[in-house]
Amino acid sequence: MTIDTTSNVEVTDTTDQNTLAAPELPEGGWRHQDLLDLDTCSRAEIEAVLTLADRMREILDRRIPRVPALRGYTIVNLFYEPSTRTRVSFELAGKVLGADVISVSADTSSVVKGESLIDTVRTLRAMRADAIVMRHSMAGAPYLASQHTDASIINAGDGSHAHPTQALLDLYTMRRAVGDLTGKKVVMVGDISHSRVARSGLWGLAAMGANVVVCGPPTLLPFGLRASDRPGHAESALPPVSIETEIDKAIEGADVVIALRLQSERQEGGLLPSLHEYAAHYQVTAERLARANPDHLLMHPGPKNEGIEIASDVASGSHSIIEDQVTNGVAVRMALLYLLSGRVEPEEVVAEASS
Amino acid sequence: MSTLAIHNGRVIDPALGQDGIADVVIVDGRIARVGPNEGDMVIEADRIDATGLVVAPGFVDLQVHLREPGAEHQETIATGTAAAARGGFTTVCAMPGTQPPIDSRAAVESVLREAEASASVRVLPLGTISANRAGELLAPAGELAGAGVVALTDDGQAVADPNLMRHALQYSTRFGLPIAQHPEDPALVEGGQMHEGWVATRLGLRGRPASGEATMVARDIALAELVGAHLHVCGISTAGSVALIRAARERGAHVTASVTPHHLTLTHERVAFGESYEEIRYDSSAKVFPPLREEADIDALVDAVRDGVIEAITTNHSPVSGMEKDIEFDLAAPGISGLETAFGLTMRLVEEGRITLPTLIERLTVGPARAWNLDRRPGFEGLGTLAPGAVGDVALLDPTSEWIVEPERFASLGRNTPLAGERLRGRVIATVVDGVVVHETNAVAAL
Repeated sequence: MTIDTTSNVEVTDTTDQNTLAAPELPEGGWRHQDLLDLDTCSRAEIEAVLTLADRMREILDRRIPRVPALRGYTIVNLFYEPSTRTRVSFELAGKVLGADVISVSADTSSVVKGESLIDTVRTLRAMRADAIVMRHSMAGAPYLASQHTDASIINAGDGSHAHPTQALLDLYTMRRAVGDLTGKKVVMVGDISHSRVARSGLWGLAAMGANVVVCGPPTLLPFGLRASDRPGHAESALPPVSIETEIDKAIEGADVVIALRLQSERQEGGLLPSLHEYAAHYQVTAERLARANPDHLLMHPGPKNEGIEIASDVASGSHSIIEDQVTNGVAVRMALLYLLSGRVEPEEVVAEASS
Repeated sequence: MSTLAIHNGRVIDPALGQDGIADVVIVDGRIARVGPNEGDMVIEADRIDATGLVVAPGFVDLQVHLREPGAEHQETIATGTAAAARGGFTTVCAMPGTQPPIDSRAAVESVLREAEASASVRVLPLGTISANRAGELLAPAGELAGAGVVALTDDGQAVADPNLMRHALQYSTRFGLPIAQHPEDPALVEGGQMHEGWVATRLGLRGRPASGEATMVARDIALAELVGAHLHVCGISTAGSVALIRAARERGAHVTASVTPHHLTLTHERVAFGESYEEIRYDSSAKVFPPLREEADIDALVDAVRDGVIEAITTNHSPVSGMEKDIEFDLAAPGISGLETAFGLTMRLVEEGRITLPTLIERLTVGPARAWNLDRRPGFEGLGTLAPGAVGDVALLDPTSEWIVEPERFASLGRNTPLAGERLRGRVIATVVDGVVVHETNAVAAL
């Protein structure tokens, strides 16, 4: 993007002209106060976020990306686990919409364990936080928080469980690139067991009608993913998915390939012989991608370990849309914050964003 | 001479094969007579009208955490035994994983002293297998036996070192003490928060595999057979454990086992789901070790309770404070406060026709008592039965009375139960220890 510095002076009041139009909501409206995972989101609701994200993306691409849609709205980023990209993405999303954004790095080891999480969330709400974006190393922490506050809780990653905004931005990025995902073959390669990106992605992709294949070494595939492992239970208990431990078979005819980050502690934990061996059997390479659909897309939630789960040349190659994912992350989070704010009543709509 | 006459109840005493309307007369703390009302009831007797109720021997629980000394915010001997009395339990074995652990005569005596002063029911202390419950060196089994412990266990921490376990089993034979082992291999379940299965996958929680129990139980059976010792496997939870124990007993090994009411009735789905599979929760009240398993495990456990491969139902009563549960699931303390719901919860199996009421009562009374030879210990011969001369411990039960579980009304300080708000059918109406009523509901009518 080129920045035209000369024109900045002339558009000082852009923010006042550009407020958002009401989003197109699914039938029954946007039902959620929190976003904890995508398992409770219908296709229509996901579509509403993605459609709204298109307009957010337009705002982001302006010379001065700022609208006052969330003026007076307070967002606290409460991060119990270090993160740069997700935290910054949420900060930017809030600021572009004119919200007040505060980021707090909480350290689970330094706080007194016990009621600290509940206390912290209640305290933030007492200070009039409207939304709390939470990252935590333990699965379920945002669920606990949501039970103890009426602020909106947004899960920015909880342990190995869920990362719904990453899944939404992945869906958005895929949809922009390939259109309707119905019937598309999407392959996730890597550490499925410990991946919150994979878990949320499976729910989202299932809702959008994609055919999902997960691929990884047997020690990194979670128990019970096959429907046959849960006899007599509702199909909806886990999203439908195919499992393949051989990457060449998994990638065959794929429309989208998502390489997941491999944490080095998996090797230290004895789940893998070595990173070298992992790369030999599961690295996404140009040679392996040759089996995919010729128009395939390559994605990675970041941060990448090039040379381990993904080859450098393909990571920056023509099929890669990894950088788009990052930009789209801001747009999707803007859309989500706006929907969760409840500021979608017609009287609050001043003008169409594109005016 | 004090006399208590329990009149006209349905007396079920599995040990004597009795099931019929009768009177139970307790004189000076001992069972004097069980039989038809002969109209010559002692005139001076205190009487309870048990018409319409079941009269059973008092329940015996081999695995109860009373938390005293050291964790009196979770439970005390006074509150824990009051909970036991409400649950129909007249004898509880106090788990030794206290602070400090019960690994010396002085520690045993402190428990017995406090029980003497404040307990509502009989407390039998347990000692640790290893010194300081550290899993490294043997605790002094002879000293502990002399002080009155009835079994040795390292509580919720299984003895990992196979040599230490072998020697504990071997040494214990000199003192006739069962070695009671938590059935999970610490290495295989390390960091695990719930049963390894599709629910853990959905929640993104680290699992505790069923095989983490099978490997431990198999090892311990092999060691017990090697040295000819008595192994008791506490609170088993898997079909695999049942199969191993069944086979060992068929070979003649001295292996006994117990199971909790929650492992007989609840599955791992309880952690995540309420009404539907659409929405999840992280319900730490259902976090317990070993974890709640699957339907197939319940089926095998119930079969084993029915046919006696599992002779004891024990609560593994594990009270913790609200603060220790209302936190991140990974940090939440495991355990269920189980004494006050045990009868109502296991009555579900009777309601479903899976076991009979006499079998249930057997597994709560003479089953556990005989598993550890408690019925032959001097002072309480016949424990778990209504045989003449046995201790005068009785539970009066109404198997059809319905009630709602309200943890805030528990006698236990531990309100940690996954059953809050649930309707149970089957209630303990009164509990008698040594001929003295230690618990009664308003439903008890004095004659």
